[in-house]
Amino acid sequence: MSATRAEIAVVAVAELFRGDGEIVASPMGYIPSLGAKLARLTFEPDLLLSDGEAYLIDADGNVEGWQPFRKMLETIVPHGRRHVVMGANQIDKFGNQNISAIGDHTRPAKQLLGVRGAPGNTANHRTSYWVPRHSTRVFVESVDIVSGVGYDNAAKAGLKYHDVHRVVTNLGVFDFATPDRSMRAVSLHPGVTTEEITAATSFEIDLSSAATSREPTEEELRLIREVLDPKGLRDKEVPS
Amino acid sequence: MADKRMTADEVAAEVRDGMTIGIGGWGSRRKPMALVRALLRTPVKDLTVVSYGGPDVGLLCAAGKVRRVVFGFVTLDSIPFDPWFGRARETGAIEVTEYDEGMFAAALSAAAQRLPFLPLRAGLGSDVMRVNPELRTVRSPYADGEELVAVPAQDLDVALVHLNRADARGNAQYLGPDPYFDDLFCLAAKKRFVSVEKVVDTAELAGPVQSLLLNRGSVDGVVEAPRGAHFTTAVPDYDRDERFQKHYVACAKDLDAWPGFVDRFLSGDERQYLSEVDRFEAAA
Repeated sequence: MSATRAEIAVVAVAELFRGDGEIVASPMGYIPSLGAKLARLTFEPDLLLSDGEAYLIDADGNVEGWQPFRKMLETIVPHGRRHVVMGANQIDKFGNQNISAIGDHTRPAKQLLGVRGAPGNTANHRTSYWVPRHSTRVFVESVDIVSGVGYDNAAKAGLKYHDVHRVVTNLGVFDFATPDRSMRAVSLHPGVTTEEITAATSFEIDLSSAATSREPTEEELRLIREVLDPKGLRDKEVPS
Repeated sequence: MADKRMTADEVAAEVRDGMTIGIGGWGSRRKPMALVRALLRTPVKDLTVVSYGGPDVGLLCAAGKVRRVVFGFVTLDSIPFDPWFGRARETGAIEVTEYDEGMFAAALSAAAQRLPFLPLRAGLGSDVMRVNPELRTVRSPYADGEELVAVPAQDLDVALVHLNRADARGNAQYLGPDPYFDDLFCLAAKKRFVSVEKVVDTAELAGPVQSLLLNRGSVDGVVEAPRGAHFTTAVPDYDRDERFQKHYVACAKDLDAWPGFVDRFLSGDERQYLSEVDRFEAAA
């Protein structure tokens, strides 16, 4: 029963939450939400998860709390007991992220979402990113509009709660635990080569200590396939 | 006792060229779309639109009524991007003030409290500071000395919001899971207009007391507008009309198709809009 690339990614996202305890996990996107649910069903049972609207839902599907947008922005984010996994149209080597627009801000070549909550998230609590298609278009030398704050800008601004944890992609897992806080590979998914990563990343990336991303356990595979995503929608986000 | 009931067109007539208008709801959720459609029927222009943006922003951009948008995002939720907002940005037709979502709430809160600014951590280190060069920071006068963003108050000339129920005096109620920021929009504005699915007697405002979001002291006009949030959500009265929203997006992406959408849905009054929506529904 060998795992697909999407299943490896779900487990890699679940691992982002290891050790988080009783905080609000806010996964954006399908595979991040599977990963957060998997973490809660296995090694992080105390995670708080919303239904994507205004309710906190426990592992049995009961409403256990109320979390409307205003509460999120006025207390939960600034309070800091939260770990968000956001998407990214662009990420640079220090973890600056862009979801706002491509090109010059006054007249963008392509308008995207806007900065959304990215500045507040990255200024206040742990933030990770999920990139379903690792490419040089996403991993760029410098982002067009800094929405999520990276390590170089956080240092300049004196952000004391800044904590960009990891980036998970369809190819591997990355962090910023280098002396200059630039991106390095933590692990490559099984079957991915260092050449693939280099070819899909615009900046130089430290591959010297990259391990292989772990396989799901039998129990994790069962939960993914039978409980969390029986229709296999994960394969739409990351084809095998 | 004041009876504040009025029509959507009477509300729209209160909006003048160059005004700053706040629009409640969030993305494609409980937007005062009937009031927006009424605005589309007026010659008003040069508006500054303050919104957790959705198709309200898109439609006003499509009609050329917008000078500036103050926003943290513009999204249709189930569809990530609004094509008309994108076109307005990419052609340079509008100016923007782009904030973090929390900064946006702080700007309304400051206005609601008649404060010049509120300190916030969000925005520091990001390009929000670069693209809004008027923003200033403020340093804590206490031992920590932390530097924070001084988010300036966002005063509004007019607030437009849509709730589920109200009485004729302006006590208004949401019945869904999220109040969004509609009370803050009203507190930040000089003139406050609320449309509702149904106007009821005060005694019939059912549901928990916490759902009474607006009291009559913060409302100047009440519009009865059944399906007045269409095609956005107004749960529990109705969910988003996903099929219609897809149709809006398809037409908005195609400049040849757009005049047909305007002719069919946006050229008559609200009754005609709803009857065309029914016809669109029946053709599914």
